[in-house]
Amino acid sequence: MSVVRISDDALARACGADELAAAFTRAGAEVERVSSWGMHWLEPLVEVSGVGYGPATIDDVAAILDGSSDKAIGRIDQHPFIVNQQRLTFARAGRTRPLSLEDYAATGGWQGLERARAIGPEKTIEEVITSGLRGRGGAGFPAGIKWQTVAKAAAARKYVVCNADEGDSGTFADRMLMEGDPFAIIEGMAIAAHAVGAHHGYIYVRSEYPDAIGTLEAAIALSASKVAPFELEVRAGAGAYVCGEETSLLNSLEGKRGEVRAKPPLPALKGLFGCPTVVNNVLTLTAIPHIVAEGGAEEYARLGIDRSRGTKPIQIAGNVRHGGLYETAFGITLRELVYDIGGGTASGRPVKAVQVGGPLGAYIHPDQFDLPFDYEAYAAADALIGHGGVVVFDDTADMADMARFALEFCAAESCGKCTPCRIGAVRGVEIVDRIRAGGRGRDRVESLPQMHNAAKAGRGRREQVALLEDLCDTMKYGSLCALGGFTPYPVLSALRHWPADFGHSGEPENADGI
Amino acid sequence: MNREQALGEIIARHAGREGPLLPILHDVQRELGCVDDAVEATIAAELNLSRAEVHGVVSFYHDFHAEADDRPEVQVCRAEACKARGVEALIAGAEAAAGTRVRLSTVYCLGLCSVGPNARVGDRLHARLDTGSLKRLIESV
Repeated sequence: MSVVRISDDALARACGADELAAAFTRAGAEVERVSSWGMHWLEPLVEVSGVGYGPATIDDVAAILDGSSDKAIGRIDQHPFIVNQQRLTFARAGRTRPLSLEDYAATGGWQGLERARAIGPEKTIEEVITSGLRGRGGAGFPAGIKWQTVAKAAAARKYVVCNADEGDSGTFADRMLMEGDPFAIIEGMAIAAHAVGAHHGYIYVRSEYPDAIGTLEAAIALSASKVAPFELEVRAGAGAYVCGEETSLLNSLEGKRGEVRAKPPLPALKGLFGCPTVVNNVLTLTAIPHIVAEGGAEEYARLGIDRSRGTKPIQIAGNVRHGGLYETAFGITLRELVYDIGGGTASGRPVKAVQVGGPLGAYIHPDQFDLPFDYEAYAAADALIGHGGVVVFDDTADMADMARFALEFCAAESCGKCTPCRIGAVRGVEIVDRIRAGGRGRDRVESLPQMHNAAKAGRGRREQVALLEDLCDTMKYGSLCALGGFTPYPVLSALRHWPADFGHSGEPENADGI
Repeated sequence: MNREQALGEIIARHAGREGPLLPILHDVQRELGCVDDAVEATIAAELNLSRAEVHGVVSFYHDFHAEADDRPEVQVCRAEACKARGVEALIAGAEAAAGTRVRLSTVYCLGLCSVGPNARVGDRLHARLDTGSLKRLIESV
C-alpha cells in the first residue's frame, strides 16, 4: 500500500489532521507527516501517490484508500494554486518531512552553507547584495548591507538573531517555515553567522506558536553538528506584539521589558548585549540558502520589479475562499491575489476592503486593486507591504470599527516608551467614538464663564475628523517605531475610503476644508 | 516539593544562560501558576536585579500573571483576520457558555488566519469555529 502523506502543520492539526492520521493508521495505512502545501482551504489535505484529497474527514478514510473519494483534487503538484507560484523560500512546502535531515539534504539542503564556507565571508555578503534581497519582516532594508555593517564592526562577540515574533494578524509564513522547513532557517542563520563572524544565535519565537517552538528545538538538536561551531537556541516571547520590533525584541532577549530603543545606535553596531547583531526575519533568513547556493543570487535578482527583487511569500487570509500561502515574484496585483487566486470572499459577498501588511497596514479599496506588489508602489499609495499578509473583508465589515480596533490594539500593545503612541492611541479611540457620535457638545472647561475664547458651540464631526488627522500625523512622524508610526495607516485609509461608515460624507464643510 | 524549592530549581535550571529572566518567568508561570510578589523578590535577589526591574518585566508581558487562576482557559483570537471571518458574532455565545467556570481570554493572532475563527486551549489549536463548535469546546474544557 502506498504511503499516506498528511501535513503536521499547526493549521492542519487545528483542522483535525492528527485524528485523520490516526484513522489512516488504524485502517492499516502507512502515514507520513509532512509540511503543508499551503492550500489552507483544503486542509487537512491527504496525499496518496501524488494525488490530493481535501478537506478530508475521518469519514473519507476508506474512500480515499480505495481511490473512490469525491474529495480528490488531482495531482497536488499540478494544482493551479501551486503551479502558478514561484516557490523559492517555500520550495519544500508539502514535499518533505520537517525534521528529516535526509529529506532536507536530498532537496538541496546545506548547499548554501557549504558554498558560503568555500567562498568565504566577503564573497558571501557580495552574493546577498547581488541578489537584491531586502528584509522580509516589513521594513525592506537591504539584507546584504546590514550584514556588511555587522561584518565590518570590530567586536569580540557578535550575534545573529532570527525575528520569529510573527504577530501580525493575517500572516503565517514564518510559522509555516518554522514548522515545515526548520533546517532552512538554521542554515540561513549559520550562513549569516559565517558571513559576519558570529558564534551565537537566537530565534525569538512568539509564545502563541508552541508547535513552532517544539519543531525548532528538535531541529536545532538534530543539526548541531552541521552548523558547529555556531550555536543557537530558541527563546519564547511572552505575548507582547511590540517585541516584533527589532530593538524591543533585543531588550526582551536580554530579559528586560520589551521597550523600543531609539536608533541610532543601529543594532548592527550595538545590538544584543551591546554587541554587533544581525536581526533578520524568518523569511529573509530562509531565502538565504537558495541565494548563496551556486547561481542563486543572479536567479533571485532576475525576479521581481524595480527595487523589489526576488519572490515574496504572500499570505492570503481572512474572508477569502482559497486562503493560503502564495509565493510569487514581486509585481503581482491585489486583483489577481484576491479574485483569481483567492477566489473572492468565503462568504460569497462582495469584497469591501483588503488589509495588506498586518494590523498596521492600510485598508485598500477595490478601486486600488491594480496596485503592483512592490515596496515603493505601496509606499507611494500610503500603504505598506509589511510581512505580506493580505486580509480580505466582505461588505459586512464596518470600517469605522476596524479603524477603532487599530487604535485600541495600538493602545493595548504600545510599549509605553514614546508619547505619540502611548497617549495618541488612547486619544484616537476617543476621537473615533466622537466622530461616530457626530461630534460633541461643549465640555466643562469650555462652558466656564471665564473661557471667553473657547468655542461657543460644540465640536462637529468635521472638526473631530480634522483632529484625528492631526493626531495621526503626530503619531506617524513622532513615534519611535512602526507600532505608533504605522497605526495611522489603517485608521486614515478607512476614514478616506469609507467615510460613510464613520457617518461622515468625506467632503469638506467649506472651501477651506474646515 | 514546596514553592520555594520549585522556584530554586527553576532558577538553577537557567543559571549561566544569557538574559535568563524570561525563560525563568515562563517556567514559573507554568509550574507555579503565577508570578507573585514573593517570587519576584526571590528572582531579583538571585539574579542581582532590583525588585522593580523584575516587576517591570512581569507586568510588561501579557503571559505573566500576578495571581493564579485555576480555571481552565480558552483563548479566542479576535484580530483582524478572524474578525473578517466573523469571530465577533460568536463572542456573546462564548461568554454565556464560559460563565464564571471558564476563563475566556482574547489573543491577537494564532497564525491560522485563513481558517478562522480560531481558539487555543493549552497547546491545542482549534480552527473553523462556529457558534456551536466554540460552545462545545468551551463546555469540554
